[in-house]
Amino acid sequence: MAKITLENLAHSYLPKPKSEDDFALKELNHDWVDGEAYALLGASGCGKSTLLNIISGLLHPSQGRILFNGRDVTNAPTTERNIAQVFQFPVVYDTMTVRDNLAFPLRNRGADPTYIKERVQQIAAMIGMEDTLNRKARGLTADAKQKISLGRGMVREDVNALLFDEPLTVIDPHMKWELRTQLKSLHHEFGHTMIYVTHDQTEALTFADKVVVMYDGRVVQMGTPQELFEQPEHTFVGYFIGSPGMNVLEAQVDGDKAVLGGTQISLGKGFGPLTGKVELGVRPEFTSLSSGDVGLPVRIKRVEDVGRHKIVRADFNGTDVNVLAPEGTEISPDLNRIVFDPAGVNVYSDSWRVAPKVA
Amino acid sequence: MNKTVNQKAWFLILPVLFLVAFSAVIPLMTVVNYSVQDTFGNNKFFWAGLEWFKEMLESERMWNALGRQITFSAIILAIEIPLGIFVALNMPKKGFWASVCLVLMSLPLLIPWNVVGTIWQIFGRVDIGLLGYTLAALGIDYNYTQDFYAAWITVIVMDVWHWTSLVALLAYAGLQSIPDAYYQAAKIDQASRWKVFRFIELPKIMGVLMIAILLRFMDSFMIYTEPFVVTGGGPGNSTTFLSIDLVKMALGQFDLGPAAAFSIMYYLVILLVSYVFYTVMTNLDKREGN
Repeated sequence: MAKITLENLAHSYLPKPKSEDDFALKELNHDWVDGEAYALLGASGCGKSTLLNIISGLLHPSQGRILFNGRDVTNAPTTERNIAQVFQFPVVYDTMTVRDNLAFPLRNRGADPTYIKERVQQIAAMIGMEDTLNRKARGLTADAKQKISLGRGMVREDVNALLFDEPLTVIDPHMKWELRTQLKSLHHEFGHTMIYVTHDQTEALTFADKVVVMYDGRVVQMGTPQELFEQPEHTFVGYFIGSPGMNVLEAQVDGDKAVLGGTQISLGKGFGPLTGKVELGVRPEFTSLSSGDVGLPVRIKRVEDVGRHKIVRADFNGTDVNVLAPEGTEISPDLNRIVFDPAGVNVYSDSWRVAPKVA
Repeated sequence: MNKTVNQKAWFLILPVLFLVAFSAVIPLMTVVNYSVQDTFGNNKFFWAGLEWFKEMLESERMWNALGRQITFSAIILAIEIPLGIFVALNMPKKGFWASVCLVLMSLPLLIPWNVVGTIWQIFGRVDIGLLGYTLAALGIDYNYTQDFYAAWITVIVMDVWHWTSLVALLAYAGLQSIPDAYYQAAKIDQASRWKVFRFIELPKIMGVLMIAILLRFMDSFMIYTEPFVVTGGGPGNSTTFLSIDLVKMALGQFDLGPAAAFSIMYYLVILLVSYVFYTVMTNLDKREGN
């Protein structure tokens, strides 16, 4: 168990990176607090796995340092870092039995046989494979194999950190939920630092205390699920988290007023002079339909009833806008305007959130 | 959906049928024909039944040749398979040097058999060959035309030189297909180099390795040209393998009947061993699945 510090860390897969674009992982300073469960969320190819492999030592970073509890491990090999990692696709030792697979990391570290036996039994119970312990791993289904991989990741109790690289991709939905719960309880029990890479926001939000959102090789925001929801620091976060994602509309902002396509709305808070591309970000949850002269004129394209609420797909000056309407709302043709709840309006300049001026 | 019955499609296999008939079945049948007949010359043959087969089975000469053959195949398999794997493990995985290695490895495979024989025949000569001369200069008594061990060692080293590449290339292909995640997981699990080989690499290349063993077995069991060029089967009969013996019998002595019977038994042995091998291989695969 350790606090993991990343200092000026960056990585490029090219031997001589020229511009910032050549970096798969852009310069990054970050602390992973001991014992917390993190989810690393982002679209495919944004550098999540790269970051994970650097932490576990499978990859040597192009620049920067990695510290475990303040000790520099940048050049330490994987084994010395004592980390457990589970990969996206199952890795099992085909010719071994399930039992030997689970015992493998412990045996390699010379653990006591009676302890190994006990621990393997415990892990087998956790992943629900007690009945298949004596079977050869070859020929098992993909999700059984992945459960073995997970089990092998969890079998050591003394690891510095547990890293998961989209481990539930091949698992069926029911088992997914169950395993995630198991992982959470494991976290509560042992207090390992856990980093869980995923591109599935539900998985990230349910698993982690803190969610780290990555975009294009950069950490764009780290926070609790609530923070990510209410104050996305970057339009990508707003768009990526939430279903549907945040509405992003181009606007001119002047003080506490914003002008969108000729319509002026009040923001309820003041902003200084803004440069670059200015946008308003409002989640569909803070957007509602109205009639009359107030708000932005929209054209409703489609209404989707998803049970708990309705998603209204509308069009404002060529930009798609989504509105969440409570279940039971009658969507009538004279609802041709949308209004924003000022509490849920964020202002972005060049995709980054601008904090309002304190009055 | 109703399928129309159309048996005309059978005609499409005719070309293959002809090809197989002319390339394999008919030649084989002529051999079968000779094996059951005898002649007193003048191109007149008469029925001999299984006489030749009986004679061959009782012939010490054939058993000796078979013994040498099995010894030879066993020795070269025992050397080429581990050596091939070892070479494959140490070849670079990608980049310029990987290509260089691949080209170098395939070179021996491209050389015609009798050229390989000639190369080694000259290479080992005590008077002009680099190897033979050097050994003689070092005071080592080496002469493959007179010494039993020298002859065997030369023939074996030549085969290892010629064919280890094949095993290495097959094993290399098998190794290349192992996803990186396996090696990464092994590092995480703190597996030693030996365990990585034993539990990841070996199981993953088992399939191609079996094919390599089968190919090398069949090929070495039928070896003719190289030892014939180097030692001519000697000294004495010490490197007279089955094929060499067969040719001596059929062409040297013109004993067509015994040679034909010999050929058929030879063929059946190879067929049998390959079949057993294949069955064991597929069964192993299945059993591990359950």
